[in-house]
Amino acid sequence: MKKLIITTLVMAFTVSWVQAQENIATLRGDTSLNQQGTPPVMPKVDNEDIKRKRNYPMQPPTIPHKIDNYQVDLKTNKCLSCHSRKLTEESRAPMISVTHYMDREGNFLADVSPRRYFCSQCHVIQTDAKPLVGNEFIDIDDLLNIEQSQ
Amino acid sequence: MKTTRRDFIKQNAVATAVAAAGLSLPASASNLVTDSSKTKLKWSKAACRFCGTGCSVNVATKAGRVVATHGDINSPVNKGLNCVKGYFLSKIMYGKDRLTQPLLRKKDGKYDKNGEFTAVSWDEAFDIMAEKFKAALKAKGPRGVGMFGSGQWTVWEGYAAAKLMKAGFLSNNIDPNARHCMASAVGGFMRTFGIDEPMGCYDDFEHADAFVLWGSNMAEMHPILWTRLTDRRLSAPHVKVAVLSTYQHRSFDLADIPMVFTPQTDMAILNYIANYIIQNKQVNKNFVNKHVNFRMGNADIGYGLRPEHPLEKKAVNNKKAGGSKPSSFDEFAKFVSKYDADTVSELSGVSKQSLKKLAEIYADPKIKVMSLWTMGVNQHTRGVWVNNMIYNIHLLTGKISTPGNSPFSLTGQPSACGTAREVGTFSHRLPADMVVKNPAHRKFAEKKWKLPEGLLPGWVGAHAVLQNRHLRDSKINAYWVQVNNNVQAAPNMNEETLPGYRNPDNFIVVSDAYPTVTTQAADLILPTAMWVEKEGAYGNAERRTQFWYQMVNAPGESKSDLWQLVEFSKRFKTDEVWPKKILDKNPEYRGKTLYQVLFTNGQVDKYPLKDLNPDFENHESKHFGFYLQKGLFEEYAKFGRGKAHDLADFDTYHATRGLRWPVVNGKETLWRFKEGTDPYVKKGKGFEFYGKKDGKAVIFALPYEPAAESPDKEYDLWLSTGRVLEHWHSGSMTQRVPELYRAFPDAVVFMHPDDARKRGVRRGDEVKVISRRGEILTRVETRGRNKPPTGLVYVPWFDASQLINKVTLDATDPISKEADFKKCAVKVVKA
Repeated sequence: MKKLIITTLVMAFTVSWVQAQENIATLRGDTSLNQQGTPPVMPKVDNEDIKRKRNYPMQPPTIPHKIDNYQVDLKTNKCLSCHSRKLTEESRAPMISVTHYMDREGNFLADVSPRRYFCSQCHVIQTDAKPLVGNEFIDIDDLLNIEQSQ
Repeated sequence: MKTTRRDFIKQNAVATAVAAAGLSLPASASNLVTDSSKTKLKWSKAACRFCGTGCSVNVATKAGRVVATHGDINSPVNKGLNCVKGYFLSKIMYGKDRLTQPLLRKKDGKYDKNGEFTAVSWDEAFDIMAEKFKAALKAKGPRGVGMFGSGQWTVWEGYAAAKLMKAGFLSNNIDPNARHCMASAVGGFMRTFGIDEPMGCYDDFEHADAFVLWGSNMAEMHPILWTRLTDRRLSAPHVKVAVLSTYQHRSFDLADIPMVFTPQTDMAILNYIANYIIQNKQVNKNFVNKHVNFRMGNADIGYGLRPEHPLEKKAVNNKKAGGSKPSSFDEFAKFVSKYDADTVSELSGVSKQSLKKLAEIYADPKIKVMSLWTMGVNQHTRGVWVNNMIYNIHLLTGKISTPGNSPFSLTGQPSACGTAREVGTFSHRLPADMVVKNPAHRKFAEKKWKLPEGLLPGWVGAHAVLQNRHLRDSKINAYWVQVNNNVQAAPNMNEETLPGYRNPDNFIVVSDAYPTVTTQAADLILPTAMWVEKEGAYGNAERRTQFWYQMVNAPGESKSDLWQLVEFSKRFKTDEVWPKKILDKNPEYRGKTLYQVLFTNGQVDKYPLKDLNPDFENHESKHFGFYLQKGLFEEYAKFGRGKAHDLADFDTYHATRGLRWPVVNGKETLWRFKEGTDPYVKKGKGFEFYGKKDGKAVIFALPYEPAAESPDKEYDLWLSTGRVLEHWHSGSMTQRVPELYRAFPDAVVFMHPDDARKRGVRRGDEVKVISRRGEILTRVETRGRNKPPTGLVYVPWFDASQLINKVTLDATDPISKEADFKKCAVKVVKA
């Protein structure tokens, strides 16, 4: 049984490899340049409110909930109604990073720095779309483990 | 199974307790690594790989891998910030499908245009490539070969490419994708000021009292500059922001004066402002009298379509598109007087109140104003004109070249300025703003390059759109594309690009790190080292040149574009590519390879390997045996030094976060053309626009003219295309970063809910977007970040599976030859 599975896997791999050689533009799947595929159904936004691991400490965390119709403009900033320092006790939401209180010169201000005002420039939602191509970035912890096991 | 926070703490407590009790657990089981020999990361600086803002980033490497990136706090551009793309730079090189070997289309072991991609050695790749280039040169001469590069080339890559094409193959058929992006801005600068690139700099953001966005969605496309603008607007409550666009987008969130105008009517609005300034007696007469000339520009200049197109036949001045004649202030005043509030409000759809508020920003002498624009203005069949017209209103009021008074042309690509424009990769240009048509400029270049006199060709080569037409028409037969994805980018893919690339007469080479749509259409693919896999330099929109070192090795057999260009030059002898007459006159050049005459000329190979920084790799220099990047840079820098394009010396840039040229006596220049801040302005002049012989800038009288294609009964909607924040250009890097992909995975057609309802479709429905040239399948978005008015739809072009350039029109600005990706007529029907 196990052997059969492996053989099937190898075959599947070979077939896809041969196809890949004909149609190498990975992001188009098997659709040739003069054809067009059916566009995927609009993905859903992950709304589980579960924190995600960051790739490295300086990465801005991705948003684990929907932000549809959040008003962030001259009048108001809806994100800060949960994530600002003043309101996190009530909201239980993570407080925005201390860096967000610093001006261009690194001085701490009394409130959030206006240069950080538009949250979505760095923080983005995640949909349930499956990446078309894998990414082989190695997390620093994994890299340290690999180094240690060698 | 879901783990609650309490469960997680319990599980973790065991490991912590064991460790605390001093029991021998493997080091990896400890929850914290503290040994500095292990945790220490090597941090180095680099310029961001994406837009023209030119943020500096710090890159951490460990064990030959990039493991983290963040905004560089020492950089004056971004002071520690990045946009979401910048924060994910660490992952752009690690897409699973990196190309690692040259791939050639083969059948039965031989090259075949219809063969399958087969891995070959670099030797075999260059063999067939040299054979095809030589065949094309033999059959058609230098016009039979071409190259398409990019504003994403590093400075020395673009320079080496231009040198190889222009001085090696003697062909000016080289153009960068900056043609699609910045050519109209260049045209605007050259026409108004006679010298390229902005007079101001990013410091203007902290000084201005008002900002006007003319066709630029900075909130998404230049996010870090948008943070500076936002910082200024929100920190100083008197500051006002006006945003003009053909649809509502994220930059409107900060707008005090939001304006959605009918496509193409920006020209009328600009003339209205000029008229308003004159009518309200707010012309800065002293400035205008001393520093400005007036000219009347040619009108009815056509649309850069193929000559047999009816619109071209009809256009009176399509052969003299850039022409103009001397004029006066009074003539100009009369010319713009017909652009009154009623007429322009009617034409543009912008209310008279908003128009007046906007005009007042420019007219009020107390308000320091920064105008900002990118593709809405440049990708425009009258792009050069609109650039000229924005300068008109700054010149009429003298609001220029001083802190906060700044007409600022933003660039799209990281080195559209530093490479594409400055080193002369355009089909009509040589380094430092010189042009191929000018014999004195060619002579100057020949001297700097130590080449025989009379060698360089004086004909203007094929620009981006024309190259694709020439490929289709079998006029260019050997073609090399580097660092860009032009089959996905260039307009009218169905009728021009794809037939051109797949034309059996042509051999197409594409260098890329990933298998893109363009590599799919190629015959030979060369795997390419990217970003910090090579030593590089970029020049951003504020004239800042920035360097970085090679930090990691590229995968497999990938080599940088620079390596590829220089190595390929070894395959050609002067006798094969230069005219006999020149060689007879200069026999010392006989029998030499292009590598010898172009790259080991005593200048490029002047700096030995011992000059390399021992802390970093440099795969090209170690291969060729000299510090290649330094030699190329120093040779190139000789073109601009003493000519108001002065660059500092090579080593300085590695030690700084970039400097803004001209760098004179070690000092960078923040505001050009103004006495006191620009060393090239003579004492007592006040202002001097020294790009023009008499030191005066030009105000052009130019009319409103309609678009090349407007909606009609059948094709009843305007189509605008563009980018989204999360993706860079065609998405070949960012679509491979899972977080960026999942943030915005697929293109959609943004449309007004009423337009959707009228067509019987709803959000999420599959629809066809159809033009006279082609169609795509996509899905309707009525609630997204872009909110078009009725009558206009917007489709981003990052999605390789939805090629919107099958739909767009290859009309260009007849002066700049830049395509208009913002306007054509389409219909949307349920699929």
